[in-house]
Amino acid sequence: MSSDISNSGHNPEGGPAKPKAPPQNKPKFWNDPKKRSLLFQVLLLSALGFVFYSIIDNTLTNLEQRGITTGFDFLTEEAGFGIAMSLVPYTEASSYGMTFIVGLMNTILIALMGIFAATILGFLLGVARLSDNWLISKASTIYIETFRNIPLLLQIFFWYYAVLRTLPHPRQSMEFFGTFLNNRGFIVPAPVAEDGFGLVLFGFFVALIGSWLISRWSKKRQELTGQQFPVFWVSLGLIVGIPLVLFMLSGMPLGLDHPELKGFNFKGGITVIPELIALWFALSIYTAAFIAETVRAGILAVSHGQTEAATALGMSKAKTLRFIVIPQALRVVIPPLTSQYLNLTKNSSLATAIGYPDLVNVFAGTTLNQTGQAIEVIAMTMAVYLTLSLLTSTFMNWYNSRIQLTER
Amino acid sequence: MKYEMQPTLPPPASMVGVIGWMRKHLFNGPINSVATIVVGYFLISFLVPTIQWIFIDADWVGDSRDACTSGGACWVFINNRLDQFLYGFYPEAEHWRVQTAFILLIGSIIWLVMPQTPKKGLVAALLLVVYPVVAFFLLYGDIFGLETVETHLWGGLSLTLVLAVVGIVASLPLGILLALGRQSEMPIVKSVCVIFIEIWRGVPLITVLFMASVMLPLFFPEGMSFDKLLRALIGITLFQSAYMAEVIRGGLQAIPKGQYEAADALGLGYWQKMILIIMPQALKLMIPGIVNTFIALFKDTSLVLIIGLFDVLAIGQAANQDPKWIGYSTESYLFVALLFWVFCFSMSRYSQQLERQLHTGH
Repeated sequence: MSSDISNSGHNPEGGPAKPKAPPQNKPKFWNDPKKRSLLFQVLLLSALGFVFYSIIDNTLTNLEQRGITTGFDFLTEEAGFGIAMSLVPYTEASSYGMTFIVGLMNTILIALMGIFAATILGFLLGVARLSDNWLISKASTIYIETFRNIPLLLQIFFWYYAVLRTLPHPRQSMEFFGTFLNNRGFIVPAPVAEDGFGLVLFGFFVALIGSWLISRWSKKRQELTGQQFPVFWVSLGLIVGIPLVLFMLSGMPLGLDHPELKGFNFKGGITVIPELIALWFALSIYTAAFIAETVRAGILAVSHGQTEAATALGMSKAKTLRFIVIPQALRVVIPPLTSQYLNLTKNSSLATAIGYPDLVNVFAGTTLNQTGQAIEVIAMTMAVYLTLSLLTSTFMNWYNSRIQLTER
Repeated sequence: MKYEMQPTLPPPASMVGVIGWMRKHLFNGPINSVATIVVGYFLISFLVPTIQWIFIDADWVGDSRDACTSGGACWVFINNRLDQFLYGFYPEAEHWRVQTAFILLIGSIIWLVMPQTPKKGLVAALLLVVYPVVAFFLLYGDIFGLETVETHLWGGLSLTLVLAVVGIVASLPLGILLALGRQSEMPIVKSVCVIFIEIWRGVPLITVLFMASVMLPLFFPEGMSFDKLLRALIGITLFQSAYMAEVIRGGLQAIPKGQYEAADALGLGYWQKMILIIMPQALKLMIPGIVNTFIALFKDTSLVLIIGLFDVLAIGQAANQDPKWIGYSTESYLFVALLFWVFCFSMSRYSQQLERQLHTGH
């Protein structure tokens, strides 16, 4: 072995007389990664500073020339315009600040409605696409491939202009069981709470809290003793039963305000404006196609071995689904599902194209045009959506860390 | 006794052929049978009248709405306005310029998509760098004696394509820089990139377009005015580059760490490492993601109608308002939907095929 070393031409392990290394030069400062990155960042900061400075300077000059004062004082001024739909009391005498609240509430309403419908439809379609029934899976595939490849705005326009606006006038309304559908919207009887209805609501909340406590108790008991408790049925009984009993006992304190045709339009009842219906349909149908794909991917991600193992343990098909497939699929489904919800919320801003009074339409539209406070208004609008998206990603990170596989 | 192998019997008639297929895929079990019948009934009762309305009862040729008598779809309406749907208000004598630009685009894309065509890299580079310049001068004119066509005359499908192509071509380099910046070890560079990406990803495109059309003029000195189309393009590009950056970051993270370390060990500098080692591998992984972003962008271009540009959907909206053709909005929406669908569906098929191709590597 040792003879081999002397034969090799190159011996890195130190020959007897190695020439001394030349005195090390200090590297040029631009070749030192630390100094270079420092320099680079200083340059970037000063470039950004310059850009922002010139933007702010120009903006201030421009605003001054147009006679617009900056600041948020305009929020307390009287708005002076009406809004077609409002969840909080709003009149033309309300302030611009109120228009922000009204728009925000309407955005939240359409987002919640859309999320609710899109989730149900999306889950159904996602499962249907995996069905072993050829007709059902193909129908679901065609639905998904059609609706996710057509722009949402076009779908909104279609529902609004081609479907809802071509409905008959109020006098020729279509009637189903006391509700009316016409080109002014969908008119349903309004529930009117009478004395004692608060008790029913109270009972409902008590039942909610009660079923939460029961589920905690039963989980603890199952972990200790292995005995199961029918939490679902008991909770359902509580949540339906307590309010129902209270409702009967207090003499059914709920009236209905039926809509009636007076002149050219309906009086009474609740009118769901066609803009809301069109937006709701389009958002739910469009987002459901994406949710369906997410759900499908999640179910496919559960490996077949899991199902087989469950069958080998003697679990029924329903139990396999409930305890094996769904919990593991949800782990994959929930993160993209939340981002679909966020997309839906952001897409609801397309409301402005058909005049549904959401945040963008009311606040970044009418209020901006009337006050000219472009900077403040756009900044507030963007801040709302940014907050929503940051909250969503915080939730997603929290959820991901909670459900991550703990490997032992 | 002599044992003889009996010939295999054919499977029962109910297990093969059409009947067998139907038993296996449509009627395996009572629940599935009921589901098949219910779904089939609804599909037929919806599809048959629709197909009849679209194709069989429809009117195809004519000059005015008088030609639409048969009670089906009135494609005469679309036929009469086809030029507007494709070219917007672009002067008719200059349509050949739009066509040339379009053919160049489609030609090079086909070149890139087809397997076994040589020099793909060169064509891609030409498409990304030279083509936008050529197309701009073709469309805008004011050079080589071409008549100037102001951007407010651009419209229809050609404007949609302009928005989408510019959006993607301009956001790609910006997205690469942002993605590299987000992975950088320099804290300031990193946080600037993270903030930029998260802000644009957090707000809807509409507010970005509003901002581009309302606030951008305020940001620049008096007298410096921007074209409306350019403002929309700036908004779309900034918005899109944030999404692009996330796609590219995904690709960069998919490259094993050994590749980075090997490049460092060879003594390559940062840019050499990125351009020679990391990017060529990462870009290949990113193509499906980039195509998906492109599909999203393509659909989102329809939003420019809100700030008053006439893309293909806005042309359809305008056509619906024409008093001579009131009542045919369904036809125009269907036509525009078909245009978008054909583009988006073929792109998504392409990206799925690519994903499958790239998947077999390991």
